[in-house]
Amino acid sequence: MTSDPMPQISTHRSGLRYLRRKSIEWVACVGMLLCTGVTVFFLLTILGYVLYHGAASVDWEFLTALPVPAGESGGGIANALVGSAMVVALAALMAVPIGMGAAVFVNEFPGAGLGRFVRFLAEVLTGVPSIVVGLFAYALVVRPLGSFSGLAGSVAYAFIMIPIILISAHEAFRLVPVSLREASLALGVPKWRTILWVVLPVSSRALLTGVVLAVSRALGEAAPMLFTAFGNPFWNLNLRKPIATVPLLIYTYATGPYEDWHRKAWAASFVLLVFVLVTSVLTRAFLRGKADE
Amino acid sequence: MPGEPQVVEQPLGRSLTRASDKAVAHDARVVNAGDRIFYLTTRALACCVMALAFLLVADLFRGSWEAIRQFGLKFLIGTTWDPVARQFGTLPTIIGTLVKASIALLLAIPISIGSAVFISFYIPKRLRPVISYPIELLAGIPSIVFGLWGLFVMVPVIRFIQIWLKAHFGWFFLFDGPAVYGVGVLSGSVILAIMIIPIITAISRDILLTVPRAQIEAMLALGGTKWEAIWKVALPYARIGLVGAVILGLGRAIGETMAVTMVGGNSFDLVHSLFDPVHSMASQIASEFTEATYSLYVSSLIYVGLVLFGITIVISLLAQLLIWKLSKGKVAIFE
Repeated sequence: MTSDPMPQISTHRSGLRYLRRKSIEWVACVGMLLCTGVTVFFLLTILGYVLYHGAASVDWEFLTALPVPAGESGGGIANALVGSAMVVALAALMAVPIGMGAAVFVNEFPGAGLGRFVRFLAEVLTGVPSIVVGLFAYALVVRPLGSFSGLAGSVAYAFIMIPIILISAHEAFRLVPVSLREASLALGVPKWRTILWVVLPVSSRALLTGVVLAVSRALGEAAPMLFTAFGNPFWNLNLRKPIATVPLLIYTYATGPYEDWHRKAWAASFVLLVFVLVTSVLTRAFLRGKADE
Repeated sequence: MPGEPQVVEQPLGRSLTRASDKAVAHDARVVNAGDRIFYLTTRALACCVMALAFLLVADLFRGSWEAIRQFGLKFLIGTTWDPVARQFGTLPTIIGTLVKASIALLLAIPISIGSAVFISFYIPKRLRPVISYPIELLAGIPSIVFGLWGLFVMVPVIRFIQIWLKAHFGWFFLFDGPAVYGVGVLSGSVILAIMIIPIITAISRDILLTVPRAQIEAMLALGGTKWEAIWKVALPYARIGLVGAVILGLGRAIGETMAVTMVGGNSFDLVHSLFDPVHSMASQIASEFTEATYSLYVSSLIYVGLVLFGITIVISLLAQLLIWKLSKGKVAIFE
């Protein structure tokens, strides 16, 4: 200590410097509050608009009737609801085993560099634009089969879901204590049964959350459906033919010229949004429940 | 016993894990058949993921091969897109994409970093989810819903602003357009900004929460104000990760399809002003693909997709690297 440093730090509550610092503090705080306000404002306006506009047009007929030709009143989106459910269900059937199996490999057999590379790849794959995924499914399924099909849509959705499931499952497995695994192994249980009977059940909630997240993400994607599932104004339960899906139907109706179509686009968005919000809130509550145990 | 002394030499825990891994990996005689089968099955599934990634790249190249052979790299700097004359070049859409994404980023960075700082440092821990959860919900809204809202609610507002700007500042080149459509660069950028704000905010918040509490407290103890602690300690500490979060947002903005297709205007011209309706790469593929009537046309659109894929992959790699570098794997990057 060559000299006393204390006088250099301005602690005078009335000093000009103190006032300046204090006002910067306030300006910054208000600025950041405004930023947060803007973000929340957009959320509320978008949610509010869709819920308000959409709710008015959603009724039993909208959910259970087929689309009617433009100009006629009534009609609904039943085929798109069923179509979306079928396409996403098939996608989940493909994506869940691949995503989870790969996640087990990544976490439980860390010896090889392959695991780390696959995990890295999954993170890169989440960044692939959904329209490019659509092109991929087109080249992989639509071209060889010669027609647009729900199956192609499923492949596209599966491609979007796999990395999400893989990453969330890997994070879930990582949280399972090593001691649990060791306890099981010490009892003479082979590694594969330890994984299936101990690791998977312990992380089941988080695994389920990951799958639900992936499903709700896929359900809202319209871009990969443009040239895979393609859309269909009629009933179709055949996954080898073009099939209607909700997000694509919203796109078609929103960009179409008819007032009635716009109304239906809002209503279909309402249905989609309510589904996404409800699953999101439910999975959160579900995970919260785990934390309380 | 005297035959194998090396087992004793190794530390116990280490030899246990090492040995079991190696056994599963290499020696089928040591472990039981179940483990072997299980290992091979999960390994095959992991290879599936690799195969899918490989197939994606291969399919994009195969699909665009005809256009690559025809136009080569000139495709990237060509400014004509004429399906009738069979001439394709995609420079205007690349520029359109980058312009929209950059403006979106300019709008989104201050708002999202500001929100993230506010959530991480100004809101009491118990109240944090009350603000940050709705923002995460915003990230979960499907892009088609943003598009619908943008088309019917935002575009009329933007058009109103455009008319005013054109009337008062029409001499300024950015506000000078042939006509005021509402849809165009400005609308596309704003909707993109709204869509990437929650993504950047959520990741930035996670990154800011990794700043060691002690460093901030040290600054406060020295007499600094809260803002000074944030500006001089927290933000510099988290800098790399924040840049990563922003780049991730940029990647999303570039690859985003539906909302941009609906409000971006979709015209194949070089962008001159903020009001021009302009294609981005994704919207061009989306709006023209099913109308492409001959194979070179389809192939050119897939080529656009390949370029888009290349750009987003580079950006995403960069973002992962930066975020990982800071958080050492503590921040999981997806929605």
